[in-house]
Order: sequence, then structure tokens, then C-alpha cells
Amino acid sequence: MSHPSAVRIFLKTIVARAFPRFVGSYRNRTWIVTETLLPLIGTIAMIYVYRALHAPARYLGFVVLGGVLLAFWQNVIWAMATQFFWDRGQGNLELFAMAPTSLAAILLGMALGGAYLSLTRAVTVLIVVSVLFGVAYSTSGILPALGVFILTICALYCLGMLLASVFLFYHREAWHLADALQEPIYFLSGFYFPIRSLGAFVGGVGSLIPLTLGLDAIRQLILPGTPQFIPLHWEIVAVVGQIVLYAVLSQVSLRYLERLARQDARLILRST
Amino acid sequence: MDIAVETRALRRVYKTRSQEVVALDGVDLRIGRGERFGVLGPNGAGKTTLIKILVTLLLPSSGAAFVDGLDVVTQFRELRHRIAMVSGGENVGFGMLKVKEQLWMFSQFYGMPSNPAKRRIAELLERLGLSDAADRRVSGLSSGMRQKMNLIRGLITNPRILFLDEPTVALDVGAARDVRDEVRRWMAEDPTRTVILTTHYMMEADELCDRVAIVNRGRIVAQGTPSELKQQVQQNAIVDIQLSPGRRLLDALREVDGVAGASVAEQDGIDRFTLLLSSDAALGGVMRIVEGSGREIRGLQKREPTLEDAFVKLVGRGMAEEEQG
Repeated sequence: MSHPSAVRIFLKTIVARAFPRFVGSYRNRTWIVTETLLPLIGTIAMIYVYRALHAPARYLGFVVLGGVLLAFWQNVIWAMATQFFWDRGQGNLELFAMAPTSLAAILLGMALGGAYLSLTRAVTVLIVVSVLFGVAYSTSGILPALGVFILTICALYCLGMLLASVFLFYHREAWHLADALQEPIYFLSGFYFPIRSLGAFVGGVGSLIPLTLGLDAIRQLILPGTPQFIPLHWEIVAVVGQIVLYAVLSQVSLRYLERLARQDARLILRST
Repeated sequence: MDIAVETRALRRVYKTRSQEVVALDGVDLRIGRGERFGVLGPNGAGKTTLIKILVTLLLPSSGAAFVDGLDVVTQFRELRHRIAMVSGGENVGFGMLKVKEQLWMFSQFYGMPSNPAKRRIAELLERLGLSDAADRRVSGLSSGMRQKMNLIRGLITNPRILFLDEPTVALDVGAARDVRDEVRRWMAEDPTRTVILTTHYMMEADELCDRVAIVNRGRIVAQGTPSELKQQVQQNAIVDIQLSPGRRLLDALREVDGVAGASVAEQDGIDRFTLLLSSDAALGGVMRIVEGSGREIRGLQKREPTLEDAFVKLVGRGMAEEEQG
């Protein structure tokens, strides 16, 4: 019996699963408030803190770039890592699992759609806050910074794919796990300050999150005078390494999940 | 017979920290290609577990199962191209998508080319009377419309074997009829298509299925055509008695000589007893028990046997009682 090739199904699945998120970006307009205005207020508040402390101008740039990447982290945690958990409750996950596609393609579709949504928020934060507070960037570093940004986002969503199956193993605790990860990561990744301030050990632990080194590298490229945590080229190598590491781990985890799910009914099947 | 589904001594045990629950206990089934086969039983009988194993979502604890000639344990990747499942009360998908978008999305998980998928969706929406809802958001659908959409999802990819798990649960009469009509029509289009339906609605199984297996507590207690199963109670007189509320009578009625089975269901404040009598003479003993109870007789009819009566005869209790444990 002939049927479409695995590659074709894989690619079509990515597009199809990204589709609800693309559509959601213009059909459900509440995101303009929740995804853009509210984070914008948070970023602006932090800028006023630095201004009140008479911090150097480049600190405003740290906050803006932190706000940009924060959008992606929140998307990974809330719309990706926990997504399988919600999909399971709704019955989507068992339909995904019994289709001749792969859960990896489903996750990649989610990542693509999620990254698109987050990009709108990130660009809004970047433009509005930079213009409002006159934050200046080194133009010569913009293109390399864009390259590092893309690598960082790839590493981040590979981590998100890993977390999606890890969160599912935790059943009802997924929500709490996401909550627990949110604030500490803000701190450890140095969203609002250079990671070097945390010292080698804490900064090293924080570097397990792809955002930490990616953000630091971007700051080094477009905000001259950023205190260096580790040399730029090593940060880039580390982010590339994280892409490979988290991609492999997410695949191993997904395969384990698929195998375990067929043994343990609770993992994928809709709870009735 | 060309076999579409076969199970051999299929067993599934769910293990929790404190206990083991046997959901399926040695199920042997042979379902022919082109059949509409019903798996009938109370909630918790093991019907859904059976379906989940056959659609490759669950592994059996022991035994074997083959669907379309493929082993559900080892050949599941190939098998997933050939089957589809629709469950009752599904709330799947994404509420902000339009009906046609959601259906398209699911078709892509099977690798269908986009344009043929869209044409097929339009055709099925038309057939199920949902064309007007094609551009409506999924979140705005009634439960009947939603279930029709779910059925379309199952049909888009032209599965060789369609699994329907309680497909009309919680639907109104009209929507349930539409779903059943579409299943019949879909089967009529191609004689090699097979439908496996689980239900606890006896009427549905009777009306829709060529053959039925009655499942209780993980075991198949009988299988055959609906008329074969009903013949098991053909020699019995089936009597329905409606009584005003009062003290428990079921056990006393079961003790009466000539009562082969009895069940009761409460409806609108009235207890509706169904009695299987091995002879009309047993009715005298029944009436003495009823009169002694002081309960008022609101109605009494003798009628033709149904699958529900066959269930009572085979299991000794009604479906509702089985569900309550």
C-alpha cells in the first residue's frame, strides 16, 4: 500500500502544527496586550530602575536586549514545554501519536509558530523601548548579532522540545515546573544585567540555558563596553554545541516518551 | 473470511502503586473485512482499552492483535497510515481555527496533498450538512456539529479501518442519527471498509452493527449478529414493569422461580424493572412480590427481546448495575 514518504509527512506536519499559531496571532488579538504591552511595561520599569540608580547608558541596552530574548523564553516555557501536557488533556496528543507522523515534527511546528509569535513581541520591545529611551547600538555588530540571535533561538527551541516531553513525565506538576523555572531563569540568564556580575560558578550554571551565552554574545557585539563573561567566539561555539546537545536529547526523550506511552496509558491518552 | 482485525488471548493489565486492574482478560476476536462490528458493554468493561490497543496507542500486556494483517506491537508505524479513530465527546483541536482549517491541519499529519485534502473536506462537510459551518470557529460549534466534524476528521484520510469509540455519546437524537447514517453511507461506498464501534447504547449496536461482541469485566461473554444474540432470550418472556419508588426489590425478584434475569433503571422518579421470565407462569410470583412491597404498579408490558435483555441474560445484571459495580 503506497503512502506519502516520511519526509513529506514530517514537513507537512511542521507547517500544519505551526498554522494555529500563525492564525492565532491575528485572530486572537488579546496577545497584543498579554504578549506585547504587559512585557513592554516590565521592560520599561526596569529601565527606570537603572535610570534612578544613574547606571551607565549601556545598561539600558542590556535591559532592552534582555526583554527581547525574554519573549522567547516565556514562549518556550508556557507555549512549548507545557503544550504536550495541555494537548494530552484535550485529546490532541493521542491523535498526534496515532497519526503516521512524528512528535518531533509536531514540536518543530509548535516551535516555528511560537517563534513567529514571540518575534512580534520581541521586535515591539526592541523598537519601542530603544526609540523611547534613545538606546544606541553599534551598527557594525548588528549582522553578526543577528546570526548569534538565530543560533540562540534554535538552541532555545531545541531545549523547549526536550522540556515538552520532560514536563509530560511530571503529569500534573508541569504547571508548577514552568512556574518554578520562570523567575530563577530571569536571574540566572542575566536578562537585565551582564552575566559576568554573577561570577564564574553561577554564570556557568546559568549558561546551561542557551539564552545566557547567546544574550551575552549579542550584548558584546552591539553594546560596546559589555563586561565579558567568556570570549565571544567561545560563547558562539557553546551555543552551537547546545543546539546539537538539546536536539539529540530531545529526540532521545521523545522516543523514550513514545515507547513509555504505549506501556503506560496515562502518559499520552486523554484522561476521561 | 478476509480478516480485518484479529486478537488472540489479548490481555491488558493496568498497574498502579497499590493494585493491578485487569482491563482485558483473554479477548479473542475475528472481525471480517467489510463488517460493521460492535463492541458492546457497560462503562469500564474494557471496550476503550481494546480500541486503544488496536489503534496502536497502548501495548497489550500479553496476547496478540493484528489489524489489517499488521501486528499492532511491531508494525504500528505502517498500520497508522491505514486506520483512524473518532471518540465520543472529543474536544480536540484548536478553538480559534475554522472548521475547514482544523480538518486540513489533521489531514496534513497524514501527509495528504493540500488541494485534494481541501476538496475532500468540502465534500464531507457537504455530506454531513456542515457546509455552512466550514468558516465558523471550532469553539463556536454545538456538541453535535463538533462530533460531525470529528467524524469527518476520521474519514478524510480514507482509512481502511475506522474505529469509533462511543461516537454518539451525549449527542441529541438527530445528531446521533446523522453520525450513524454517515457511517452506513461511508461503508456502502466501499465494501472493503471496516468499522469497529464501541458503545454502551444497545439500540445503536442493534441498529448499526452486522455483528456484536458483548464485553463485560474484560471478557467477551458472547458474540454474534444482533438477532443471534437476541435469540438467546427468545425463549424467555420479556416483561417491563414500572413501579413507584419504594424499598429495594431487585434481589427478591431474582429469587422468584422462573425469573432468568432482572435489571432496574430509575427514570423520572419511576423504577423501571426488566424481567426475563422462563415462562409466563413466573409472572404470578413476581406480582406477589410487587404487591407485598406496597409499591404502586405504574405500567406493565410484555415485549420483544433487545440486546439489553441478552446482556441481562448473559451477565445476570443490567448494564447500569455493572457500571455501578
